[in-house]
Amino acid sequence: MRELTIKAAINEALYQEMELDDRVVLFGEDIGGGAGRDEDYPEAADAWGGPFGVTHGLQTKFGRRRVVDTALGETGFIGASIGAAIAGLRPVAEIMYVDFLGTSFDQLLNQAAKLRYVYGGKSSVPMVIRTVAGAGFRAAAEHSQTLYSIFTHIPGLKVVAPSNAYDAKGLLIEAIRDPDPVVFIEHKRLYMRKTHVPEESYTIPFGEAAIVREGTDVTIIGVQKMVHTALDAADALEEFGVSAEVIDPRTYSPLDTGRILASVAKTGRLVVVDESHPRCSLATDISALAAEHAFDSLLAPVKMVTGAHSPVPFSPPLEDHYLPSTARIVEAVLSTVNHKGRTSNTVVTA
Amino acid sequence: MARELREIEEFSVTPPDAEELAAIWRRMVRIREFETRVSHIAENKEAEGYLHTYAGQEAVACGVIPLLRADDWITSTYRNHGHAIARDVPLEAIAGELFGKETGVCGGKGGSMHVADQDRGMIGAMGIVAAGLPIAAGAAFASSYMGDDKVAVSFFGDGAVHQGAWHEALEFAALFSCPVIFVCENNLYAESTAVDYHLLAGTVSAMAGPYRIPAVEVDGMDVLAVREATVRALRHARSGAGPVLIEAMTYRYGGQFEGDSQTYKPPAEVAYWKSRDPLPAFKKRAVEMGLGSDELLAIEKASREEVAQAFDHASAANWPSLDAVTTDVYTK
Repeated sequence: MRELTIKAAINEALYQEMELDDRVVLFGEDIGGGAGRDEDYPEAADAWGGPFGVTHGLQTKFGRRRVVDTALGETGFIGASIGAAIAGLRPVAEIMYVDFLGTSFDQLLNQAAKLRYVYGGKSSVPMVIRTVAGAGFRAAAEHSQTLYSIFTHIPGLKVVAPSNAYDAKGLLIEAIRDPDPVVFIEHKRLYMRKTHVPEESYTIPFGEAAIVREGTDVTIIGVQKMVHTALDAADALEEFGVSAEVIDPRTYSPLDTGRILASVAKTGRLVVVDESHPRCSLATDISALAAEHAFDSLLAPVKMVTGAHSPVPFSPPLEDHYLPSTARIVEAVLSTVNHKGRTSNTVVTA
Repeated sequence: MARELREIEEFSVTPPDAEELAAIWRRMVRIREFETRVSHIAENKEAEGYLHTYAGQEAVACGVIPLLRADDWITSTYRNHGHAIARDVPLEAIAGELFGKETGVCGGKGGSMHVADQDRGMIGAMGIVAAGLPIAAGAAFASSYMGDDKVAVSFFGDGAVHQGAWHEALEFAALFSCPVIFVCENNLYAESTAVDYHLLAGTVSAMAGPYRIPAVEVDGMDVLAVREATVRALRHARSGAGPVLIEAMTYRYGGQFEGDSQTYKPPAEVAYWKSRDPLPAFKKRAVEMGLGSDELLAIEKASREEVAQAFDHASAANWPSLDAVTTDVYTK
């Protein structure tokens, strides 16, 4: 079985969609790289493929008119992507780091998300913003955020965050073909993670969570990279005789509330793991979902394991402490299992 | 190394024939009548929400928009009624939108600040200053990418130059030679702040040069002058020569919004610009150019009736169904 990294899977999804559909164009900063130097110095062509090399090779294959190196102005090319989408193209814009979306946020918040609704449903804005998120890369406060909940909050946007290469390819192809604006969040610390990825093109529908590990005692929701931390915790919990079910929502807007609630109904316990800041986050959103719709199934209070209510610090021990760890998830799960609640009598200690 | 700036070609523009003159007059009068009615409605508190009127600036919309093809793109602003009327959006659909009725051009979901008919190439009327410029540049990019020679026109006010979006849009359009015409309606005020204070470069057109975009200043009270500049700009953009900027010097007769006391406007300034009112000025020219004054009067009378009927239609129309709150958030 062929294995690809997430990075290669994304590149392949873009490649295959561009071969299939001339309307697919890429905009972004240095997504080819070396622009302006390559005429007199051909070695400069396609120098980068973005800072992580995700789009490398696409400019050589499809040319500068389809893989467009923009200037360093996000408002310009995000706005232009919106206009191009309305005018019939299928733009995929790359925001180098999700943190940079602040500079172009008006175009996303007030234009891309609202152009269909405000004008009475006559048009669609079929565009994708690919962007890179995540802490743990020693990239400090302005290159490490996740911001999932900021986009999820906005009606009109769809928010996708794959945690493995198979999902990355299928969800990106789905995003490119989707008629609405999609924020596609890639985690910089997952790019090199490999899984089986079929060579042929395929899509994964939005709003379908994946149960990545089945269990009976507790439901752990992992948000993107935290899926893997949650799986490590689930392994560790076996030693305590606790069977954890791990769910990857995969898309946060739309959110597969049905599958999440069904799992909570089965296990009676919920722990949500999100590396973002805790307030008004996916962790609070999913916790509130369970509080409102699964109250009678819950044997213990819902627990959240999140980053701190602080910017992401640079200093390596500080950043590691900022992030949720396997140990913190285990601790949170055990506290739900040990909760002296309405029916539970089990005691397990770490 | 600076890029070459391709100047707009100067060529003589054929003056409008009688039919076109009549069409210009019809649109100008419709806008003035419509906006007079809007001000009246605002004074009497007969409508809710923010209202921004276009009176005084008619020569700009009527000099630019009728020259566009049906498949060209437009972005407008919250001061959009004139653009929509010049694009021949039915008056009752504009009035209906102002009241939030189901007959509104956006089904009532947009309101006065967002009157735009996407079926007529009006991508949007943006409530955020300068937000339309990069979107217009992108639509123009798509046009040149697909080789279909459509042009995008983006209207904005003098205050827009302070937004990053303005600069980034000009840069994007210039970098990729997008067929877009940026039309500044310089009405001397960004909200209540005069250009004398905020416009550091003195003119908006002076700010296009550094982006290697050719710019032309035009009397925005003279519809024929605006028309002439637009004919040249359209040929430039449609031929693939890249973006153009037109700065039309005009005047906003109303406030920033209806209800603005306008205490910041010196009476002598108001009197000067009213003496240059684009409607009587054009009427005089139209007669000189051979249009009968009977015909002009008939158009005025008909326009008054059309506007009255449009507002009656809007008043009588139904509110949208309450289900509409959550429809059209997504396509799929």
